Amino acid sequence: MTDWEMVIGLEVHCELQTATKLFCGCRNAFGDEPNVNICPTCLGLPGSLPVLNEQAVEFAMRIGAALHCEIRPSEFARKNYFYPDQAKDYQISQYDLPLNADGWLELPDGSRVGVTRAHMEEDTGKLTHIGASGRINAALAALVDYNRSGVPLVEIVSEPDIRTAAQARAYASELRGILVATGASDGRMEEGSMRVDANVSVRPAGTEAFGTRCEIKNLNSLRSLVRAIEYEAARQIALLESGDTVTQETRHWDESAGRTDSMRSKEEANDYRYFPEPDLVPLAPDAAWQEKVRAGLGAMPADRRAVLAAALGGAPTEAEADQIHAVVDLGLDTLVTTAADGGVPVALALARAANEVAAGGQAGRALDPETYAAALALESGGQLSATQSKAVLGALLERGGGDPAAVAKEMGFEALASDTLGAVLDEVIAAHPDEWARFVEGDDKLMGFFTGAVMKATSGKANGKEVAAELRSRRG
Amino acid sequence: MTPTAVSLAAEVRAGQRSARDVVDEALATVDAGDGQYHAFLSLMPDEARAAADAVDAAVAAGRDPGPLAGVPVALKDNLCTRGAVTTCGSRILEGWRPPYDATVVTALRRSGAIALGKANMDEFAMGSSTENSAFGATRNPRDITKVPGGSSGGSAAAVAAGFTPLGIGSDTGGSIRQPAALCGVVGMKPTYGRVSRYGLVAFASSLDQIGPFATTVEDAALLFDVLAGHDPLDSTSLPSQPEATVATVHDGVEGVRVGLCRDLVDGCSPDVVARVREAADALAGAGAKVEEVSVPEFGYGLSAYYLIAPAEASSNLARYDGVRYGLRVNAEDVAAMNTATRTAGFGAEVKRRIMLGTYALSAGYYDAYYAQAQRVRTLVMQAFDRAYSSYDVLLGATAPTTAFDVGAKVDDPMAMYMNDVCTIPSNLSGHPALSVPFGGGEDGLPVGVQVLAPALQEALLFRVAQVIEDGAP
Amino acid sequence: MTDDRSALSREDVIHVARLARLDLSDEEVELFTAQLRTVLDHADDVASLDLSHLEPSSHPIALANVLRPDEPRPSLDRAEVLAVAPSVEDHRFRVPRIGGEAL
Repeated sequence: MTDWEMVIGLEVHCELQTATKLFCGCRNAFGDEPNVNICPTCLGLPGSLPVLNEQAVEFAMRIGAALHCEIRPSEFARKNYFYPDQAKDYQISQYDLPLNADGWLELPDGSRVGVTRAHMEEDTGKLTHIGASGRINAALAALVDYNRSGVPLVEIVSEPDIRTAAQARAYASELRGILVATGASDGRMEEGSMRVDANVSVRPAGTEAFGTRCEIKNLNSLRSLVRAIEYEAARQIALLESGDTVTQETRHWDESAGRTDSMRSKEEANDYRYFPEPDLVPLAPDAAWQEKVRAGLGAMPADRRAVLAAALGGAPTEAEADQIHAVVDLGLDTLVTTAADGGVPVALALARAANEVAAGGQAGRALDPETYAAALALESGGQLSATQSKAVLGALLERGGGDPAAVAKEMGFEALASDTLGAVLDEVIAAHPDEWARFVEGDDKLMGFFTGAVMKATSGKANGKEVAAELRSRRG
Repeated sequence: MTPTAVSLAAEVRAGQRSARDVVDEALATVDAGDGQYHAFLSLMPDEARAAADAVDAAVAAGRDPGPLAGVPVALKDNLCTRGAVTTCGSRILEGWRPPYDATVVTALRRSGAIALGKANMDEFAMGSSTENSAFGATRNPRDITKVPGGSSGGSAAAVAAGFTPLGIGSDTGGSIRQPAALCGVVGMKPTYGRVSRYGLVAFASSLDQIGPFATTVEDAALLFDVLAGHDPLDSTSLPSQPEATVATVHDGVEGVRVGLCRDLVDGCSPDVVARVREAADALAGAGAKVEEVSVPEFGYGLSAYYLIAPAEASSNLARYDGVRYGLRVNAEDVAAMNTATRTAGFGAEVKRRIMLGTYALSAGYYDAYYAQAQRVRTLVMQAFDRAYSSYDVLLGATAPTTAFDVGAKVDDPMAMYMNDVCTIPSNLSGHPALSVPFGGGEDGLPVGVQVLAPALQEALLFRVAQVIEDGAP
Repeated sequence: MTDDRSALSREDVIHVARLARLDLSDEEVELFTAQLRTVLDHADDVASLDLSHLEPSSHPIALANVLRPDEPRPSLDRAEVLAVAPSVEDHRFRVPRIGGEAL
């Protein structure tokens, strides 16, 4: 039985969140009415010409810098093929001379995946297949919306360094975090602003030669990515083990059926007849611009995870590592660092962010760090119990902010004044003289009894730690 | 004698003549006379009258109506005119009304000039005789049994016939200069990037340039000044605004070093060669220093051009697929629809060049053909640079013969392509060049003499041409 | 010995026509093959030159880094655009089904 090895390369198309399209001033917007953001250029009208968007170049350079690429003098090229969503029946892309090349990405586990290139190109329009089942092969007609035609993309091609589906997932996830951190993209796979295609082949473990690869498309989530890779590798292995060969082709991942299907072999379509785009001039960002981009890059996810880990002091536990990952992934690390700066224990700030705030979705991402810090200070300072603190956070998220102390008071979580606590304790002790005598003798089990009694008497408003401290001090 | 643009604009600006009058007269002349030439594919009478009225209103209100106030212009039908039919001489765009104006059309309007109508052309600018138009050939106004040249034959004919003092064409391999020569008018191709290509339906993007037709050099200079300038909508548009060339057009050629280029004369018919030499004499008589020069690299231009231009065209014309605009011939699936549409919509010459271009770019042939042709381009550019280190301008023929018979070369593409041998080098290099009429051939038909100048030297180009015009028989 | 390049065959012409979405009759294939061969024969005088010391020029001008600011400009009026479209449904351009030649 052969031991097989997967060889995987990922191609990620990332939509840049510029205000306008790559080569024209039409709005770059998702979800507008069809064909409202069109002009002669992105519609491919006779006589139209492209002019390059400066912000798109800035974003593309940031991506290259974040992936440790060389930013190079580059050129645009035409990729010629007929398709109704391609307004000019050629795509303006980069071929021989991409803007960014020879980079790498480090995964959380420390391994590196090479990045061959990250070049600029324009997006196509959107096709809707109508009639029959809506699947392309059974359609009667197609409708084209060119709103997306000309939206700026960066295509990031990895080296075939990935060896497992899990590693592919980690790469895609880390890359998404990086793309979001550069500000170039919102990284939303489900909205199509980040699209992942996987090139999958297999070979006997320990051999050097590459097997025939297939390109898998239509992966709309990280979960699909993993499932599709595993399916495809198994499919290829089965073919090879039965003496058959793998045909080089593009395959479509069918999420509901859990399989890849052949799209027609692209042999004929492969002759894209690339040549330098005569309507554009070369793009060679100078050293000053490159330096500005690199200097302005800001912290990447890996750096931010390291900051949180360092703040924890000592190596994070597995649970803490997961929390760190989640917090950085969701962009909540500022909450944690702000709270920590305010004296809140890091582990607490981390846990509440990874759980309660994360559960708040959009509201969580919008939560003001100072508000968060103040809320947690109430907990760590003893005014609120853990349960109360979580409730206050929930309310703050629901309301989109607020003053934590005021919210706590409103919810009846007012901290008890210390003299009130003293009075309550007097009453409780007076009500249970026998238990008190035993407690004073040293029966620590009664700590819980008295704490509970105080809680009951104060309707839960007393602070457990304060009660315990008071009890001990009275005992002497 | 039709009035020049300079004199007409002066009259309109001074209120001596109404623009409306001028336009009505032009429309009437076209109506009466274009039946035999077929220079125009369509007229824009409503727009023209409205534009004329606006000019007259400006003059009456004391506002500047622009340097070309009231002057009618014929626009080659590959220039997008919003709301007015733009066909590029092709069935595939029959009846198409663009939703936008070309930048030059906007510039024209601002100058007070009046777009009178769209002029006939070889389909998608591919041709040297205007016989490749899907809507019938144009005849040479000097002799209607002859072609007017191409691909801007309609614009050249409109000016030659006296319908409009000015015309606008496009020149990719000689498509302004050659019809100018054959029709006996002035036709000029600017430095590549001088005039915006936004709204010019592309044939070969790295070669196409828009330029003026006129009956005099001064008129051509005036129109060039209106058309030239930076356009942020065209990435290949030169950043600077050139100085007005009309101001210095009569400054003469004292001390100008003229290279009479053998390679732009050899192989031309003897009467054409004789006219070129006489033009050289005229320049010498006006104080220029004339010498013969050889630039053999020009000889490779034809072959390189007939690889580069079709290659770019094959890509530029892919968009005519029946999806968004123009002709659609229905079929079961979209690929079949594309094919049926293009097969029905394109003429033979266009198909020929699309296939040639597709072949030159295809896998396995790219390096031998397309990339090699681009190296020849470099060779030609360097040859020009060397020539211009010793000479200020070059002189030669525009076309190898006078106008040929309608139908004489349609079945022989290679013979047709040979018409461009003198004009192609400056398309490859991007340098400016023009054709100015100078006498006639043995058959009495016009001969055009070509002047070539270094990049950005349009003012010098017009100065030299002016002296030639002054010395013309 | 045949020079591969100038031996443009009928099959080449048919293949290229298909790439360019053109349908040629048998006569047209014959005619175009002969005509294109003539043009390419002329091109071979260029193809055989040793120009390896020269860079290909894709532009006659030495511009670089032409950029525009990321500012919206008015889009076209959708109605005007769709009014000249061959087939429209639901404010979109309608085309026949994509058929077997999916990408």
